[in-house]
Amino acid sequence: MATTKRKKRAIQAQQQTVLELPGYTGRRRMLLGLLSLALIALVARAVDQHVLERDFLQHEGERRHLRIVEIPAHRGMITDRNGEPLAMSTPVDSIWANPRLLKPDGETLAQLEKILGKNQDDLRRLLARYSDRAFIYLKRRANPDVAAQIMALAQVRKLSGIGLKREFRRYYPGGEVFAHVIGFTDVDDVGIEGMEMAYDEWLAGKAGAKRVIRDGHSNIVKDVEGIRAPNPGKTLVLSLDRRLQYLAYRELKAAVVRHKARSGSVVILDTRNGEVLAMVNQPSYNPNGSRDSRGGVLRNRALIDVFEPGSTMKPFAVTTAMELGQITPSTLIDTRPGILQVGRAEVKDHHNYGVLDVAGVIRKSSNVGVSKIALDLPQEELWKAYSRLGFGQASSASFPGESAGQLAPYRRWAKIDQATLSFGYGISVTPLQLAQAYSVLAADGVLYPVSLLRQEQPPEGRRVMSSATAVAMRRMLESVVSAEGTAPAAAVARYRVAGKTGTVKKSIAGGYAEDRYLAVFVGLAPASSPRLAMVVMLNEPSAGEFYGGQVAAPVFSRIMAGALRLLNIAPDALETPGVRLAGGMVQP
Amino acid sequence: MIPRSPPPREFTQSTPAKQQGALAWLHLDLPLISGLVLLCGFGLIVLYSASDQSMAQVERQLIRLGLAFIVMVVMAQVPPQQLRRWSPWLFGAGILMLIAVLIFGHTGKGAQRWLDLGLFRFQPSELMKLAVPMMVAWFLSSARLPPDWRRLLIAALLITVPVLMIAKQPDLGTSLLIASAGIFVLFLAGVRWRLIIGFMALLAALAPALWYLMRDYQRQRVLTFLNPESDPLGAGYHIIQSKIAIGSGGIYGKGWLNGTQSHLDFLPESSTDFIFAVLAEEFGLIGILALLSIYLFIILRGLYIATQAHDSYDRLLGGALTLVVFVYLFVNTGMVTGLLPVVGVPLPLVSYGGTSLVTIMAGFGILMSIHTHRKLLPT
Repeated sequence: MATTKRKKRAIQAQQQTVLELPGYTGRRRMLLGLLSLALIALVARAVDQHVLERDFLQHEGERRHLRIVEIPAHRGMITDRNGEPLAMSTPVDSIWANPRLLKPDGETLAQLEKILGKNQDDLRRLLARYSDRAFIYLKRRANPDVAAQIMALAQVRKLSGIGLKREFRRYYPGGEVFAHVIGFTDVDDVGIEGMEMAYDEWLAGKAGAKRVIRDGHSNIVKDVEGIRAPNPGKTLVLSLDRRLQYLAYRELKAAVVRHKARSGSVVILDTRNGEVLAMVNQPSYNPNGSRDSRGGVLRNRALIDVFEPGSTMKPFAVTTAMELGQITPSTLIDTRPGILQVGRAEVKDHHNYGVLDVAGVIRKSSNVGVSKIALDLPQEELWKAYSRLGFGQASSASFPGESAGQLAPYRRWAKIDQATLSFGYGISVTPLQLAQAYSVLAADGVLYPVSLLRQEQPPEGRRVMSSATAVAMRRMLESVVSAEGTAPAAAVARYRVAGKTGTVKKSIAGGYAEDRYLAVFVGLAPASSPRLAMVVMLNEPSAGEFYGGQVAAPVFSRIMAGALRLLNIAPDALETPGVRLAGGMVQP
Repeated sequence: MIPRSPPPREFTQSTPAKQQGALAWLHLDLPLISGLVLLCGFGLIVLYSASDQSMAQVERQLIRLGLAFIVMVVMAQVPPQQLRRWSPWLFGAGILMLIAVLIFGHTGKGAQRWLDLGLFRFQPSELMKLAVPMMVAWFLSSARLPPDWRRLLIAALLITVPVLMIAKQPDLGTSLLIASAGIFVLFLAGVRWRLIIGFMALLAALAPALWYLMRDYQRQRVLTFLNPESDPLGAGYHIIQSKIAIGSGGIYGKGWLNGTQSHLDFLPESSTDFIFAVLAEEFGLIGILALLSIYLFIILRGLYIATQAHDSYDRLLGGALTLVVFVYLFVNTGMVTGLLPVVGVPLPLVSYGGTSLVTIMAGFGILMSIHTHRKLLPT
């Protein structure tokens, strides 16, 4: 039954010829209507996007591929006075990643970690932690070979979301020798120590900008136009002389080691204009490496640390009295019995020196003698004289963190203070201040503001002492560097040297330590017409010797001998037979 | 190598009678084949730009097109009566293969669509694009039209079963195309208006239920479609980049090879699903209108062939196959321009890739066969 029924139906269907097929006129119309509607929708959409929204969409497109990027500017170079580079910026690449795009497989990840020198899984964790960021640094200032390897890997593995950014690495050819003066920059190339910090604005370049085309993987495909050229930073010329700096550093380091000192500083000034020719400290650090700031190695002790200058202050108490006309070099002072009672305190000498003239007081470094001279002075005059010499105020070096030292106002002085100030206790100074005060003696009484930058114009000096007094004091100081003085070891062959030793007991809480000293020597050369003033200071020499004349004076002698030769300064001493010379050498 | 200025010469010149004879002997339809060649030529030009001027990619596509044309010619030789006889067998084989895919199919890109036949991999869902409309047309035309209730229900079942199997792979795009092909047959067979409207209402009512059946990524696509700016770097990225590409083309376009969005790799899938955006950026509104005109010409020709068919099977099948091409076009361009959610449907005969190409061209072969195997009856 069923089969016949189906057959019948099939026959019926076949009999439905083309003429009998339903016409579906309405259906056809509806179909065409729907088709047209859909097409109209498409065309309307196209017109909408192409014509009406065109500007907006075009702008959006440009926003995606046209970018303004920074052109990093070179930071200015720092050179010594002769143009030798001391700090320079070299272009390097930093490796960045876009964690949203960078999806390396396990093996690639391991390779990246290996090249970047990271531990296993470090990179994976980093990418996971910043997975919502579009920019992180993988390595700042990478070595060129590391950057090249990363880029090669990215190319092979078709990584997107990893790239290089041009930056500059600061390099310090002078290393630890110049570290304290020059300082260093932070990871963003901003000066944070030393001259790098003080003159950051001068050194920092101004970044330029350019418009570039970027592709969908944030890679720059093409430069379109420059908007602003980068403005490189300016070169900073220091007053330092590289040769003198190396010499001073070498000798200081050797002395600190030999005498087992805790620290030390050397400052050399050009006495004609106040330029700092050398400034070195121990301990130091390598500004190019990873910096270990323990033990105060970062400190530029030569103008940050203060100390009591001790006997090296005596010449200034004497010159003050000479300026006031109270004494002459030949005035006799009775230092007997080597002890002077001042109120309830007493001032002592090492020996009983008997009756000395003023030159003898300086030569023997008599505390009693100089105290007697100072106690006859009006307090105000002594304070004024010290202030004029620059004590108690920051120098003109404008170095970050520089100390002003301490000079108490004279109204607060007790009698004993007046006496101790004359032999350098109760006042604190920096090595640079001390060098500056001695350069006044060298410059015939004129104080030139100290400077760490090379002076193109001779600076304006300020007379703080009569020429006659300064010359007379130099003569007295020359006798210190003689067989009769405290520092024969400071002598330099064929040059006349003037100077003063200091062996300072270190102040500790509640008084002075009996076995901890500062050994100081300050000197001028050539003494007939001094060009250089130098301070050598060693903190707590603990290898037995501790006198300024034993510890600091030989260092002075070696550095000064080299410096005078390097600077081609004419000798001013005839070769006198039998004179004991530097290094124990005896000329026939 | 590539035809720079379509249409190719032989179709612009007046066709010699001899060539017409050759075409007729091969059972080919000249207007249809002209439209197809024009479209493919235009497609290759755009592909050259979209593939970053990769001649190798263009050559591969050219080989696939050649293969597809051969399939078309072969299909044109098969008389529709033959096809009609094969319809149930083809459908049955397709269903079996779909079951096989679900059991031990090859998984690629997260979807189980491929059947590894040793020598080559086969996608049964492509076969179903032809087999479903053939089967439904066969079933409905075996009785008097318009169909009655019972036959309609059976036909609906014939459509639903393969569609659900393919949707489960999951391949939403293909199942959508197959469903529309089947529904077109029903529609052309003269289903009553009330039923059509009722069906639409049912679909609308089922839409929320559909939401629960969808996979996460499919839901995400719908959400992204509704508001692409909600996640411009994630899910909305495709659509925003594509809109930008289209809009920045303007009326005249940026010129061939000058599109920035595609060449700077902002536009994803620029040579496959999103090739329309490349065309829009480089050839502008003019280019889009030209492309749509070619499609319109092909579709109208297909519908004309269907209406001229002398057999209800031919008519139903021809109409459905033509309309499916339109669905392809509409879904793809709608997706690229942001009118519709992202569904992986290629731009027919233009997008790079081979699988759907063969099926579409086979469909056109059937259309040609329908037209050239007409029984010449007095009208």
